[in-house]
Parts: sequence; C-alpha cells; structure tokens
Amino acid sequence: MAISISLTVNGAPVTAEIEPHTLLVQFLRDQLRLTGTHIGCDTAQCGACTVHLNGRAVKSCNILAVQTEGTEITTIEGLAKDGELHPMQAAFRACHGLQCGFCTPGMVMSATSLVQRQPDLTEADVRAQLDGNLCRCTGYHNIVKAVLKGAAGMKSGAAALATDKVTA
Amino acid sequence: MNAPDPHPLIGASVQRKEDYRFLTGNGQYTDDIVLPQQTYAVFLRSPYAHARIKSVDTAAAKQSPGVVAVFTGADMAADSVGGLPCGWLIHSVDGKPMNEPPHPVMAHTKARHVGDQVALVIARSLKEAKDAVELIEVDYDVLPAVVDTAHAADPGQAAVHDEVPDNVCYTWGHGDKAATDAAFAKAAHVTTLDIVNNRLIPNAIEPRAVNASWSPQDDSYTVYVANQNPHVERLLMAAFVLSLPESKLRVIAPDVGGGFGSKIFLYAEDVALTWASKKIRRPVKWTAERSEAFISDAHGRDHVTKAELAMDADGKFLAMRVHTIANMGAYLSTFASSVPTILYATLLAGQYATPAIYAEVKAVFTNTVPVDAYRGAGRPEATYVVERLVETAAREMNLDPAEIRRRNFIRTFPYATPVGLTYDTGDYETTLARALELADVKGFAARRQASEQNGKRRGLGYSCYIEACGLAPSNIAGALGARAGLFEAGEVRVHPTGSVTVFTGSHSHGQGHETTFAQVVADRLGIPLSNVEIVHGDTGRIPFGMGTYGSRSIAVGGSAIMKALDKIESKAKKIAAHLLEAAAEDIEFKDGVFRVAGTDRTKAFADISLAAYVPHNYPLDKLEPGLDESAFYDPTNFTYPAGSYICEVEVDPDTGECRIQQFTAVDDFGNVINPMIVEGQVHGGLGQGIGQAMLERCVYDNDSGQLLSGSYMDYAMPRASDLPSFTVETAKGTPCTHNPLGVKGCGEAGAIGSPPAVINAILDALAPLGVKDLQMPATPHRVWSAIRAAQQP
Repeated sequence: MAISISLTVNGAPVTAEIEPHTLLVQFLRDQLRLTGTHIGCDTAQCGACTVHLNGRAVKSCNILAVQTEGTEITTIEGLAKDGELHPMQAAFRACHGLQCGFCTPGMVMSATSLVQRQPDLTEADVRAQLDGNLCRCTGYHNIVKAVLKGAAGMKSGAAALATDKVTA
Repeated sequence: MNAPDPHPLIGASVQRKEDYRFLTGNGQYTDDIVLPQQTYAVFLRSPYAHARIKSVDTAAAKQSPGVVAVFTGADMAADSVGGLPCGWLIHSVDGKPMNEPPHPVMAHTKARHVGDQVALVIARSLKEAKDAVELIEVDYDVLPAVVDTAHAADPGQAAVHDEVPDNVCYTWGHGDKAATDAAFAKAAHVTTLDIVNNRLIPNAIEPRAVNASWSPQDDSYTVYVANQNPHVERLLMAAFVLSLPESKLRVIAPDVGGGFGSKIFLYAEDVALTWASKKIRRPVKWTAERSEAFISDAHGRDHVTKAELAMDADGKFLAMRVHTIANMGAYLSTFASSVPTILYATLLAGQYATPAIYAEVKAVFTNTVPVDAYRGAGRPEATYVVERLVETAAREMNLDPAEIRRRNFIRTFPYATPVGLTYDTGDYETTLARALELADVKGFAARRQASEQNGKRRGLGYSCYIEACGLAPSNIAGALGARAGLFEAGEVRVHPTGSVTVFTGSHSHGQGHETTFAQVVADRLGIPLSNVEIVHGDTGRIPFGMGTYGSRSIAVGGSAIMKALDKIESKAKKIAAHLLEAAAEDIEFKDGVFRVAGTDRTKAFADISLAAYVPHNYPLDKLEPGLDESAFYDPTNFTYPAGSYICEVEVDPDTGECRIQQFTAVDDFGNVINPMIVEGQVHGGLGQGIGQAMLERCVYDNDSGQLLSGSYMDYAMPRASDLPSFTVETAKGTPCTHNPLGVKGCGEAGAIGSPPAVINAILDALAPLGVKDLQMPATPHRVWSAIRAAQQP
C-alpha cells in the first residue's frame, strides 16, 4: 500500500508515492535518483548515507521515508550553489580530504552540520564528532584538516575559498 | 577560471581533477547505475561453515511475486559453467604442483564456508528477490568445520575438499636451507618469535556490486563491476569460466569506492550474474550488503609463523629462518597462492644484508572465506616478521634499535638478496636519520619520564621496511608460477586541436590517476592539465590492461604512457620537420614548442596535431596521418620503495589502553609526481596498518565456523578518534633506475611499514614491566592481560 508524502528536497518541493517500508536513503537513491547519497553498511555505522533533515545531520538508512513528511532534506547534490562549491566541499578538495569519494558525501554532510552546531572546533572535537563516519582511504588525516579548514571557510563566508571554484 | 598550472608540473601538489564530481554527488558507482528492464539479484548463502547440500527446493521461490528466475549450482553445472581459476601456480618442496580443488561459482554438493553461494534469486525488485530467497528450502547435512590456521593440517581434521584430505594446498620452500641451518649452528645469539599475523577484512566502504546485461543484437555482454582490473576480470571470466570470446564481453569498472586488493579478484557473483543475464535476457544487478561483504569479500593476512634470527656477537645478522602456515580459506581465490609465497618470502631480507635466509610456507584450506591480497599482500607479513625480529634482537642484545639496523643495512646497490630479488637502489641510512630527527628521538627520554610521572608508560618503536612493487617483469613472474603477464598498456590519443585523451589499463579507485597521469602527460607535451583527460576502467575503450594492485600504477601504467608519449613525440617531430622544412634530427621539443635547433623557427603542439589530422601539407608518402599511439610496458625489475617509520605510544598500565602520541613516516618513493596524493596514500596505509596493529581482527568461532566479527558493530574499523595525525615526509629519495619516471609506487607502504612500529613501541613501553611479546591487535584487554601475566610471580 503506497503512501503519499510531500517534502522539500534540495530546495524543491517533492510529492511522491512510497511503500511504507521505504528507507529515506532508498527513496532518495531509487525514487529521486539522487545517487550521491551512498550506502556503505547495514547497521547505521558507516555514515555514507548522511543527509540533512531540517538542517541536522541524519543517517538516511536509519529513518523511514514516511517520517520525512513536511521536512526539508538536503543531500550532497544540494550543497554547491550555482556550480560553486560550499566552503566545506572546497576545503575537502584543497586538503585532499577524499580519495575514492564513496564516504565523502556523508563526511561532508556530517561536517557541515557539525560546524553549524559547533563553529569553534579543535582537532580533538573533529575526531570525536566524526565517529559516525567511516573512511577506509585517508586514515582521516586530511579529512580532519579539511573539516577545520571548512569550518574556517564557513565562518568567513564562501568568499575566502571562491578561488577553489572549479568545473569538472 | 582555472588557476594556471604550476611549473614544473612534476612534483607539484595539484588539486585533483576527479574531486568535483565526488564532492557534488556526481560520482557514478556501480550501484548507481540502473538499466532499462533492470532486475535485482539476491544470493542465498550457506549459514553453515561446512555442510553437504542434499537438496535445494526452489519451487516456492519461483512462484513468489515478482520473481524472474531462480538458479542453483546444479543449473550452472548443467550449463557447463566452469570453476573460478587461480592465477598463480605454486609448487611444493617435493616438486608437486599445488592442490587446486574446484572452486564452483555456486556450491552444489557441499558448502565450504559461511556465506558460500547456494542459490540465486532474480526479481523485478530487490524487495521481491529478498522475499523469495526466504522461500528456498535447502536440506543440509552439517559437517565438522576446520577454522584454525595453525591446526588445519593436523591429523583428524575434517577435509574442506574431499580430494585434499590433509587440507594442505602446498608446502613451499624458498632460499638456501643448508646455508641457513649452518649459519644458525655458529650463531652467538638467536632471537625467536611466534607470530600471528591477524586475519583482516578489507572493508572498502563501497560494497562490491555487479550489473550485468546481455544484448540480443550481437550476443554480447556488458558488465559493470566494482573492480580494480577490468581486463583481468574479462580475461578470467571469458576464457576460463564462461568460454566466451573476449570480444563478446565488455567489463566496465566505473567509479569504484576503494579496493585495497579486495576488488582485484574474479568473484562468483560476477560470473553468476553475467551468466544469468543471458538466461533472463534482462540486466541483473547485485550489490553486497555490508554483512554479506563480510562473508564474501576475500579476507587478508592470517599467518601463523615461527621466526628466528641468528646473529654474531656484534649483532650482525647471519641468517633468518621462517616457518609459516598461511590460511587460504575454503577456495583458492584469484591470486591467493602467490601472497604468502612470492610476495612474502622474497621480502624477508628487508633492508638488511642477511646472508642466508630460508622460509617454508604451508598453505592450508579451512572453512572460512577465501583469503587473498589485501593492501601490501605478503609484504606486510614479511615486514612484520623482519622488524619484530630485529627490534626484539636489539632488546635482547642491549643494542639501540637504530644502531642494530645501521649495522646491518645494505649499503651498496644493486644488491642481490638471498631470497631472489635484486634491489636496484636505496639509501636506508638517510631515511632512518631523517625519521629520528622528525620524531625527536633525542627528546624521548624526557617525554618518557613525564609519562611515568603521570603513571603511564611510554615507548618508541621502529620499522624500516622495504617492499617490492611495480609488479612485475612478466618473464620472472612466469618463471615463479604466474599464469598471466604483468605488463601495462596505455594509449595516448592527440585530438586535432591539441587536447589529449589517455587510455590506461591502470584503474583508479581512489588513487587519483586522473590527476597524476594527467600531470605526467601535460608536463611531457607542454600542454595545460585541463587539456588532458584520463580514461580508465573500460575494456570497450582501453586497448588492454592488467589493472591496479601492488602499487604498480605509476611505475608500470605510468611507464606505458611514457612509452606511448615517446612515440607521439617522435612522430610529431617528423611532422614538425616537414612543416619547418628541416631534418627531424634538428627538431627540439620543449614546453609544447617544436623548434629548429638554434633558430627561432617554431611550431606549437596544436599546429602539429592539426597537421596530423588535416594532412594537406604533410609527408603522406612517409608518414600516416593522425597522432595516436599505444604502448605496452613490461618492467625489467620490481621497484623497491623503502622507508623508516617511528611510532611513539603511551600506555595506561591500569587499563591497557594504548594511544599513539606521534607517528613519523619517512618514505623513499623515488621521484614523486604529486606529493599531496602520495602523502594521502601513506596516510591511508598508516590507517590500515595501525588498524591491524591495534584494532582489527577477524574472528571465527572455532567449533561452528561462524564469523563472529561480521559487522561494523563487531569488527573494529579504525575511526577518526582512534588515529592520530601523522608526520609524513617523502624523502628526496633514490629514483628507480629502470623506469622512465624514476618512480617506485606508494600505495601500500603505510600498511606494510606501520604494524611492527606500533607493536615495537608498545613492547618498548612495557619492557620495564616484563612484557616480552604481544600479538596483534594490541587491544586494551590484550595489553592489560600481558601486563598482568608478566607480573605473576
């Protein structure tokens, strides 16, 4: 039995028919085809599926799509504006905070939410707070650097990092 | 606007070209791909480690809503689908070839590990496939399981394969046994260690995935797969399993989310889906759930070793003797047999001039997931043996750990080791000296004192590793049992207006080839980086390839590109000579400009490419139009990255908790193209190596053969809070002498060098408490127990 839900995804209104068992991550990936949100585990440990729900980071594998009725969801696809990377995305690039890119969307979404909650972070804070996101490529060294740089960038506004604007 | 390219490009930390798509969610991994008429597959896997399959009843599953097909091992056997091949033949000391029992794509007489594939359900949706798989009835006759590496070959154990009653795949020997035994007989001191190299689960964050389709238009297959070497996958699947012409099989490895070795291999799921796609005449996709990955991805390491080092009274090494039992798991995975042999015992010389070495390796079958290459593959195991022995010997002989290494370093190159390798170049003294400086070893005593005043223990551990990378000279590999060549292929296609597409057989799954290789090409041709595109991971577009593993991409793949660039330059000079009305020998090429030597007569690179494709004023009688060259490069030797790692730990003796205070890595990778990327590779390797040393351990229940560490709730993956920031430096280094870029490879060094440094450091911290040995991982419980055991009267 399908259920109708209405919500906002990356700033645009969405109304969709979903099966009640559908997880948010399945809804995003399979129905909306927003495949930037990844699935890396089945126990809500890896954080690759992290998105923002009403501005707060959530693991989208751990929430039913029906629970998002009326909410605002931001995925990794909604972070850059007009092709210009968000300061956190730019910092990940500048610091080589990504290698295979698979954990990256979740890392970036966790990090942006973290900085919004706690703008003045130490390295130890970042390491403790990123506990819910696994990366197997980087040893976290450059991710931690990127989050600290991204935090500074978010503070001073996107302008500081505008030179990192690139096109694929 | 793109910033101007740095000059020179080689050696510049250029930001990565691939990052934009990954950072904006535009990467395309296998599971992201949905094809028209897509179907979804779920495997029924054995819940038992060892069981006879008496019957499989799929009738109810076939009737389940949405089900397209259900297949079993019997269906595949009836269709003459072959078993999965092993790519490396090892011979035992008695001259017999290794035991190679069949590796069926789906088990149909016996299941041999928890997770062995028993049936395949394909449905319109994943949910329907999952519902249907529950309806399959399998009648199992459960058998005793053999799990423990050390005892797998003991008399009375169950036989994993009926045709191998003692579970021994091979007993392989390497080195001069008589000379080694003779040296031990006259040694002043012998250091002996019993070592368990803990079994690990690779855990690339992208689970394996396959999406296979068959085309009725030309009876061909296209397979998207999370894989590190699509041409190897194609070769093995087409030639050895499905008996297809390779021309009918296209393998595409799109964006791949990490591999670390685990995505080298030809897996059963890849074959089963490809075969099934023609049966159902629709595309079929399977993506591993994480818990499924734990019981189906090849695992790593799993050695049990007795190691001995013989020395004279001055701590000069006389000989090394190593006996290892290596777990192969239930079946021989693609390169499993080479890992504890060719990639292991050949590295036992390390950085030292040990004159005699003998190693004997017994490989055993067990009712566990197959074990194969995982980041470092054999070389971390060898390095762990060597560096634990060396540091233990230093402690036993009251020698400074740096000093004992200096006394034994190889100092003249080329150097032929007693285990079959010839190191072309190196400078071990310099990397060690730099590591001592960066780690502030001089200040350690004061830091140790400060820790002790806080009730803690502090230790310093060293590891001076060497590895053999750049796999491999094909003729040498062939003589050692490889059933494949190990060259690399590349093609450089210059387009009419001067931009370039490079097709490489190497594959990037995080290594950043799209940037590093582009730097090589842009530097050589004197064109902007933005004019170079790197294409990898598609047998339909790339001439050939052996893929990415063994830190080979820049050393072998990069060299193939360099060879193709040689051909491009040579032809371009001839075109320039024609246009400039000069002799080809008089044409110089620098920074993208062709010049008649000693004159101001020049042509830009784009003038030449345009002339090649619009050959109106062109020497058509002597030269073909076009500017597109390919090359195969077969290395003449391995490359030998080496380095010195120093780990400083603080241990809380009350809880056993160990924290790394500083980790210093100085590596000699020869020439470095992109230091930012290279250091990133080291960081990642360190994360995995420290993970092995302190956190990770794959555990099977000894009686039932159940995997106890089968999820991220149970298997300790390193998290950000578990690791320190690293001090990493790539030494100026000794360029490789036998490849055109002078590069050695950097992908595995961190994972190879770091585990012994960590354990040596913890043992240094605990030495005053009487702790002499510790097995990985050094969890708080193990460390605490070791301290308590040492203090028992």
